[in-house]
Amino acid sequence: MYELIVIGGGPAGLAAACAAWEHGLRRILVVERDRELGGILNQCIHNGFGLHYFREELTGPEYAGRFIRMLESTGVEVRLDTTVLEITPQRQVHMVGKETGYRVEEARAVILAMGCRERTRGAIALPGTRPAGVFTAGAAQRYVNMEGWLPGRRVVILGSGDIGLIMARRMTLEGARVLACVEVLPYSGGLTRNLVQCLQDYDIPLYLSHTVTDIRGRDRVEQVVVAQVDQDRRPIPGTELVFDCDTLLLSVGLIPENELTRQVGIRIDPRTNGAVVFENMETSLPGVFACGNVAHVHDLVDFVTAESRKAGAAAADHVRDPLRGEGPVVEVAAGAGVSYTVPQRIRPDRAAEGCGLFFRVDRVLGQSRILVRSGDRLLADVSRSRLAPGEMEHITLSPALLAQAGDSITLSVQEVGSQ
Amino acid sequence: MKELICIVCPQGCTLRVDEDHDCAVTGNRCPRGAEYGKQELTHPTRVVTSTVRCVGGLHPRCPVKTDRPIPKELVFQAMDCLNKVTLTAPVRTGDVVVADVCGTGAAFVATRDL
Repeated sequence: MYELIVIGGGPAGLAAACAAWEHGLRRILVVERDRELGGILNQCIHNGFGLHYFREELTGPEYAGRFIRMLESTGVEVRLDTTVLEITPQRQVHMVGKETGYRVEEARAVILAMGCRERTRGAIALPGTRPAGVFTAGAAQRYVNMEGWLPGRRVVILGSGDIGLIMARRMTLEGARVLACVEVLPYSGGLTRNLVQCLQDYDIPLYLSHTVTDIRGRDRVEQVVVAQVDQDRRPIPGTELVFDCDTLLLSVGLIPENELTRQVGIRIDPRTNGAVVFENMETSLPGVFACGNVAHVHDLVDFVTAESRKAGAAAADHVRDPLRGEGPVVEVAAGAGVSYTVPQRIRPDRAAEGCGLFFRVDRVLGQSRILVRSGDRLLADVSRSRLAPGEMEHITLSPALLAQAGDSITLSVQEVGSQ
Repeated sequence: MKELICIVCPQGCTLRVDEDHDCAVTGNRCPRGAEYGKQELTHPTRVVTSTVRCVGGLHPRCPVKTDRPIPKELVFQAMDCLNKVTLTAPVRTGDVVVADVCGTGAAFVATRDL
């Protein structure tokens, strides 16, 4: 019997396990399906990680390495090359591993830290033939950065998410020619700094409000057709551009990997595609917590770390005091202009120091007000000079605010100035 | 007056750099932004990250970075000098892979244990 089983050994799982250890748990197991810890950070060899958490600029492997060393200094048990097949409401974790075979391990608390995966060509129903040469950006990143293969020489990238932008630069540095980055929305989904240092630095054109309308080629991609789209994202005839290329990379979004979560019956938020969580990252199944990209997709690993440390500490609290009642709950609703919030539910009696609230807006906004209301009472009014869907926002709800919240609050944004 | 996006951290501040007044920077939310704005107009630099061949480790490539920013115009030359390198495991984070990259004084260092 473990006190805690952490599913996933990426940044979320590592931070959660370390925090649980610091908070006094001693029988902790981390289950990781890859051959090593670190998760996706191992292939993110670019820098820019850790500015918030370590106050210095690290590459992905360096960031992972610090947490791996931290974990190694504890007594946390790690099982690599092991896939979790199922968890049960009684917190039995079914797993199969190369060395250990099929095992069922029980725990007093479970942390879900499985991360997310990329949307594929099938998920966005791209037309055209089905030749080799169509990759998700993350798959190409693994080929280039860890396995030493260059997946193509002339490249078009669909989607302007951060991984796509990072791969535009990476493929260019490795000698490929990146002809275009194509984004269906009128704005980029990636961080502004990545538009500058990945596209502008290498004169790679960004086509906003454009999409791929055809993929041509029998065995290998030979051409990709790109067209402008109207407000309803429908291609406009006559605007087609034809690119001669051998590779199409897709950076069209990430989906939290929640098969285990759904299977055990944990409540899922259709807006985040992750579990509905309380202020301490506990899911609708008591003693089971979710953190990192499996709960909602983050832009910055630093925020994954902070959130996962919270989950680790909360799991330790749960192990010590498993029968603590639920108490009053404040439901957090996403109002006008807000696409989701995390957490979705707050128990004020467990948020004595207030509660941080992550959220995303649904469009690019200039000078704006962030409003927290309960019924028709305005509880908080925070201003921001700019808001964008690609950049997760964060406010803190004070204990005083939560005391006045009643049983629900609504978070909304309102633009006050021009962009 | 030139407007540019700061790339020092993910905040991405919009900087305004006054070329007529010693490249004075406004719009930055931290001192590193002021430094970047001035540097970007006078002598732009970048940290370069890439990989080198590695034998005997868990993976055939080892990630590396320059230990400080190098002039932007030397980025592709710096990439070229990595093609000649083959490391042998074990490699430790921080091990020097190429010293004095293209005469800049910067070194390529390993960014993971392998």
